[in-house]
Amino acid sequence: MGKKLLLANAHVPGIRSYEVYRREGGYRSVEKAFKMSPADIVEEVKKSGLRGRGGAGFPTGLKWSFIAKPEGVPRHLVVNADESEPGTFKDRYLMEFIPHYLIEGMIVSSFALGSNVSYIYIRGEYAWITDILEEAIAEAKQNGFLGKNILGTGFDCEIYVQRGAGAYICGEETALIESLEGKRGNPRIKPPFPAVKGVWERPTVVNNVETIAAVVPIINDGGEEYAKIGIGKSTGTKLISACGNINKPGVYEIDMTISVEEFIFSDEYCGGIPNGKRLKACIPGGSSVPILPANLLLTTAKGEKRMMNYESLADGGFATGTMMGSGGFIVLDEDQCVVKHTMTLARFYHHESCGQCSPCREGTGWMERILKKIDSGKGEMKDIDLLWDIQRKIEGNTICPLGDAAAWPVAAAIRHFRDEFEWHVLNPNACLLRNYGLAHYADPVHVPASA
Amino acid sequence: MADEIKKEPPANFKVTIDNITIEVAPGTTILNAARTIGGDVTPPAMCYYSKLQGSGGKCRTCLVEVAAGSTADPRPMPKLVASCRTTVMDGMIVKNITSEKVKDARAGVVEFLLLNHPLDCPICDQAGECHLQDLGYEHGKEGTRYEFKRRTFEKEDIGPYIQLHMTRCILCYRCTYVADQLTEKRVHGILDRGEHAEISTYISKAIDNEFSGNMIDVCPVGALTDKTFRFKNRVWFTKPVDAHRECTTPGCCGKTTLWLRGEEVFRVTARKDQWGEVQSFDGKPGWICNTCRFDKKKTGDWTIEGVTKVNRHSVIAQGHYEGLVTPKETVQQVLGGRAPRLLMDIHDESEVNRNGVHLSEINGPAHSDDFKKDQ
Repeated sequence: MGKKLLLANAHVPGIRSYEVYRREGGYRSVEKAFKMSPADIVEEVKKSGLRGRGGAGFPTGLKWSFIAKPEGVPRHLVVNADESEPGTFKDRYLMEFIPHYLIEGMIVSSFALGSNVSYIYIRGEYAWITDILEEAIAEAKQNGFLGKNILGTGFDCEIYVQRGAGAYICGEETALIESLEGKRGNPRIKPPFPAVKGVWERPTVVNNVETIAAVVPIINDGGEEYAKIGIGKSTGTKLISACGNINKPGVYEIDMTISVEEFIFSDEYCGGIPNGKRLKACIPGGSSVPILPANLLLTTAKGEKRMMNYESLADGGFATGTMMGSGGFIVLDEDQCVVKHTMTLARFYHHESCGQCSPCREGTGWMERILKKIDSGKGEMKDIDLLWDIQRKIEGNTICPLGDAAAWPVAAAIRHFRDEFEWHVLNPNACLLRNYGLAHYADPVHVPASA
Repeated sequence: MADEIKKEPPANFKVTIDNITIEVAPGTTILNAARTIGGDVTPPAMCYYSKLQGSGGKCRTCLVEVAAGSTADPRPMPKLVASCRTTVMDGMIVKNITSEKVKDARAGVVEFLLLNHPLDCPICDQAGECHLQDLGYEHGKEGTRYEFKRRTFEKEDIGPYIQLHMTRCILCYRCTYVADQLTEKRVHGILDRGEHAEISTYISKAIDNEFSGNMIDVCPVGALTDKTFRFKNRVWFTKPVDAHRECTTPGCCGKTTLWLRGEEVFRVTARKDQWGEVQSFDGKPGWICNTCRFDKKKTGDWTIEGVTKVNRHSVIAQGHYEGLVTPKETVQQVLGGRAPRLLMDIHDESEVNRNGVHLSEINGPAHSDDFKKDQ
């Protein structure tokens, strides 16, 4: 049983309401934080080794210390709740069932950053969660944790919830800021970074929901205590939203010391693969991170056991590794077709590209069309090389990371499953009727001892 | 070198672009620094427009490699950067045409830009002064690898003078910046997103203000065209002359280029510099108003200053080149120093008509072997 921090009280009946949340020890961190100085809180977060939970894994304390502090210019905290990555739904769970956790974390973070007006930018599709958050904010305000002169400390803080309009790109921090300002959600060209010029050209910190929530246990238990959980630079706990071909899809809190194998096959977590099927591949961190075939997923190229943490998942770079990403864990069993799967992802990125810079605008559509062609049995061998070339020319050449996110899944699918693409080309009729299965594995597919 | 760094603050930043070191003022972008050198070292720019604030960064044709960030922090930048939006640092080393990575990425960007472009140059009014044509010519490939249907849009009339042909658009956003920065009220912008993104106005709203015509000048392709000039002539048949008039519209500089054929004024545009941007006069961009552009179509309206010196590499520069390199004439060399008298003269020298080979004596049709000298 791993240590639970964020979801420890998730199953307490009525935890959504202020009374129950407070009774279970909620808002303790606010009381504690107000006795500390803002710089001490930042220091505490630095000590905890907390890394951004939105995907990039940037150290949060460091990000906070970058915020510019010009005299007389307000600063803002913006919580990125635009959780649109396919396969990721961890923030939704947190906001829907324990909204006060986020509010509590926001009050502490706002105090640390000196933000008197903080925002939650929430995905437009999460309409009902907006209402839940609004209610939680109202309750917190009633009980004196928000508004003017919080708990008599003289610190004012307001939290506003802003709904997006259904664009994936608005999860990119500068596009989010543009959208929050009421403009078209096009990513800005960096520099300047949001820490210097963010919302309304004011210094801004944009953090993921889970990151801000994790500030609560850091303040409660202390940064050093938090850093003891986990391993190496992957400290604390991480929410993983598991989905795909597993027995128990859902949101799990892990402490980053368990192995990928344990996560997929143990009954505590995903509970194995249904109907006695075998594991084919997995995307461990949301749709944009590279897909890994089962053999590389469970053991690294060095032959070590792959663990569920930032370093181990990234072991081997993109050649044989992947990324922790946002924790959207998508499992594919032997019946899934990688070509079709890649096509679905390419379709998503084509649909969500903002159209601002040319490689992404034109390249994503092109990739989707070629993948569609291969998937429908009309592909040619040269199309596979062409796909590789297109993704290579998109990656790194765009304004924001959406171009990279569109290129990586295609690159990884071709890198690890090229024979499956070739099989589609060589068997134009068969590929419409059945899929390639597990035939591409050079080495025997791993069968866990428990199976 | 070490002594120079100690001086605080340095008046000028030293930057090396493709092994050429120059000094520029702090805050200059890499692209503008490269423009002071000029020539092949300057990255192409499709969306950046020095007179429009906030433009640039979108087309990605100006990507360059930064091999060393600055003297203080000589680490290379991990990705290629958009030179139009990256400011130089002291001691920065930039690689443009000397970097294979840049060439490769740029070829990719050109391919992406041309992917959905209709390539209807033979019927496009922009042909001859189109930046995309130049870009495709200089950095593109001869063929496309795209085999799907190209994206098309309906033509749209935006206002009485301008036609929008969205199919040709490369979404540089320049025209929206013109509307934002030159006029009080912007009524057009980008609708939709991704591949379907298009420039458009509020539904059935016409763009109607005194400076809207400048959108045509900033458009790098033929997406925004002058309705008074559409299909009237090809730009390379018209002769550009510099002219001016006393314009009463506030903000209009009154200095223009007239495009003549005979005595007829076919169109009026703002004066462009060698980068295809409007020239500045007294430090202010020389935007012109719609009265000058669309209504003054008689030579009598204008004081003509003289023929425009076009030093861009475009087709319109035909006959007006500055720094023109004439191809070397080789005929005289072949003929041993004398000028040819007739075309047949050249044939006389060739092996076909060599004495001693009689076509009637050859078995079957003549073959090049029959005329070999050693026969």
